[in-house]
Amino acid sequence: MGLFGRIKAGLQKTRSGIMNRLEGLFSRKNFDDGFFEELEEVLISADLGVETTLDLVEDLRQKVKDEKLTEPDDVIAALKQLLLDILGESEESLEPPTEKPSVILVLGVNGVGKTTTIGKLAARYRRQGKKVLLAAGDTFRAAAIEQLEIWAERTQSELVKHQHGADPAAVIFDAINAARARGCDVVLCDTAGRLHNKASLMEELKKVHRVIAKALPGAPHEVLLVLDATTGQNALAQAKVFNEAAPLTGLVLTKLDGTAKGGIVIAVARSLKIPVKFIGVGEGIEDLQPFIAQEYVEGLFHAD
Amino acid sequence: MIFESLSNKLQDTFRRLRGRGKLTEKDVNTALREVRLALLEADVNFKVVKDFIAAVKERSLGSEVMASLTPGQTVIKIVNEELTKLMGGSVAELSQAAAPPTVVMMVGLQGAGKTTSAAKLALLLKKKKHAPLIVAADIYRPAAIKQLQVLGEQLDIPVFQMGQQEPVQIAKAALEYAKKHKHDYMIVDTAGRLHVDEKLMEELERMSATLQPQEILLVVDAMTGQDAVNVAQAFKERLSLTGVVLTKLDGDTRGGAALSVRAVTGCPIKFAALGEKTDAFEPFHPDRMASRILGMGDVLTLIEKAQASFDEDKARDLEKKLRTQQFTLEDFLEQMEQLKKMGPLNQIFEMLPGMGGMGKKLKDIQLDEKQFARTEAIIKSMTKQERQNPKIINSSRRKRIAAGSGTRVQDVNNLLKQFDMVQKMMKRLGKKEKGKGIRRFPFL
Repeated sequence: MGLFGRIKAGLQKTRSGIMNRLEGLFSRKNFDDGFFEELEEVLISADLGVETTLDLVEDLRQKVKDEKLTEPDDVIAALKQLLLDILGESEESLEPPTEKPSVILVLGVNGVGKTTTIGKLAARYRRQGKKVLLAAGDTFRAAAIEQLEIWAERTQSELVKHQHGADPAAVIFDAINAARARGCDVVLCDTAGRLHNKASLMEELKKVHRVIAKALPGAPHEVLLVLDATTGQNALAQAKVFNEAAPLTGLVLTKLDGTAKGGIVIAVARSLKIPVKFIGVGEGIEDLQPFIAQEYVEGLFHAD
Repeated sequence: MIFESLSNKLQDTFRRLRGRGKLTEKDVNTALREVRLALLEADVNFKVVKDFIAAVKERSLGSEVMASLTPGQTVIKIVNEELTKLMGGSVAELSQAAAPPTVVMMVGLQGAGKTTSAAKLALLLKKKKHAPLIVAADIYRPAAIKQLQVLGEQLDIPVFQMGQQEPVQIAKAALEYAKKHKHDYMIVDTAGRLHVDEKLMEELERMSATLQPQEILLVVDAMTGQDAVNVAQAFKERLSLTGVVLTKLDGDTRGGAALSVRAVTGCPIKFAALGEKTDAFEPFHPDRMASRILGMGDVLTLIEKAQASFDEDKARDLEKKLRTQQFTLEDFLEQMEQLKKMGPLNQIFEMLPGMGGMGKKLKDIQLDEKQFARTEAIIKSMTKQERQNPKIINSSRRKRIAAGSGTRVQDVNNLLKQFDMVQKMMKRLGKKEKGKGIRRFPFL
């Protein structure tokens, strides 16, 4: 069998492989290097990245030694605790908005689910009885404004939009003024998806951020970066560059209802200290949930 | 930059082994660990990495690396060759239906870039004088149809839509429409869906059964992480995929997902999408992708060029001369000719990683193309004796050489000065490496 065939055959077993490995981990009686290697694979396959994984496993080895852990369950528990230390155990939450209006800026690369996240956030605030206004700041992508318009209808939120191709900063400026005039509680600002290595687009974002602060001192109150759970190591670069352009207050991890674990948020939380605030777990309007670190960490070790 | 680290790490690894004679399996393992980490860092699935490294190891333990003067680069070369092989050849052609229209289905997860890619592919076909029809079969995402319509208007390509009706019905009607209106290609934009969404995956199966498409292209975001294998596997189990479109390659991701998807599906990656503009859609280059995943960019090209143009026997010969400090103007000329085979010099120096101080020094010598020709003429105007022992070149000889080569005495002086510099530099290098054997000629 050629290399190609071998890899293909190997992959047939990948999914069940992870499950077996996990079960294997829990049923192990002692932990040698093999144990830690398997653990490394579990973490890498969840997209935590090489560096974070190696550091974590190293810390774990130390902990096992220091605390003289002997039971596999205790070791796994120790690893979970290490992860929780990184993610922060307290439940981060956006609500209720304390300012009126509270301005939330939503950012991300193309296709991560920014507009959908805004729709779901709007629904969430509407359920809480808030008056919500959506700012159609994605003036670039074809039909992005229409997409947000539909969400505005579905959630019975207000909408401020300009023409396709308009200056996004101007749209958002107008939206904030409109929100004040109409007594809205929350302004959700959509932005065009942009790859973080496009310098001009990141400059545009800086301008949007400046203009928001000018329109309403103290705003934006939240700057959320939307990350796609299927994204690998590049998400770390995304977070770093976006954070420089517009200091982030939180992450939204979308598409967690697939088989991806989105472990890169651990690397992001570790290096940038930005908490995950929400997770997207489905297409439904209510499928945006607060991030609960404990549940997430359990999920990492859960084969589904 | 990442290459700097991988390349340097590998070179460091092998440098430490210098003078120890043969490389052992353990040495190769140490080097391959670096390769493994680089691939994982690039998001290649860990399982794919494992099998891949095993194959590379097998080859690396062969005589190829052991006999090489530059084991570090030879390992990189093997890695790159195996990666390129695994990535498959360049196949950007769409297969054609015996009777038009040729039907192309675009499938994939949400946000991968199906709609944009569908429009880009249609434009590519239109430029080749085809008459494509785009079919809007994403009835779920708000304004997805509108997005296609806007794109279709921009590109002046017709878009078939039936609102939110059942996607398989839309597909069926679109096929009739395409036949009637003489469209030779029909590109179907389907809704993004998770590979674990039973209902929607089943919808795709039905659509495929109805349309009998010539092509089913899986659209994959180049930034995808370890999960790429699960996605590709699931789509492959349900549909007869014929190819892959890799999107968002204009980002700075290393794109290891390309390798994972290729390994799982066995399908060629046919197209690469590299930007927001509708014409940023190209045939996929497997070799370039291999380098990108390793993070080594141009350097591999350089190594390949060097491998192709650099005669290893001559290099060995030269090493001996360097060691015994018998480097002559004749050798200098020969070296220049070897270098010339590799392409424009300024590019070569830019491509070289970790040249550090030496790179700068070489730049100072200003080996530009014109000077190259001049230098060649000057050396060729010398007698054999002069070439082997430049010290005998007095002022009357200089005048003769200048006249013979159509240059000025000043140019001859400059060359002799340069040669002196190179000779000194080599002596230093020769001393440094004494007893360990010289690695390679300083130009590479």
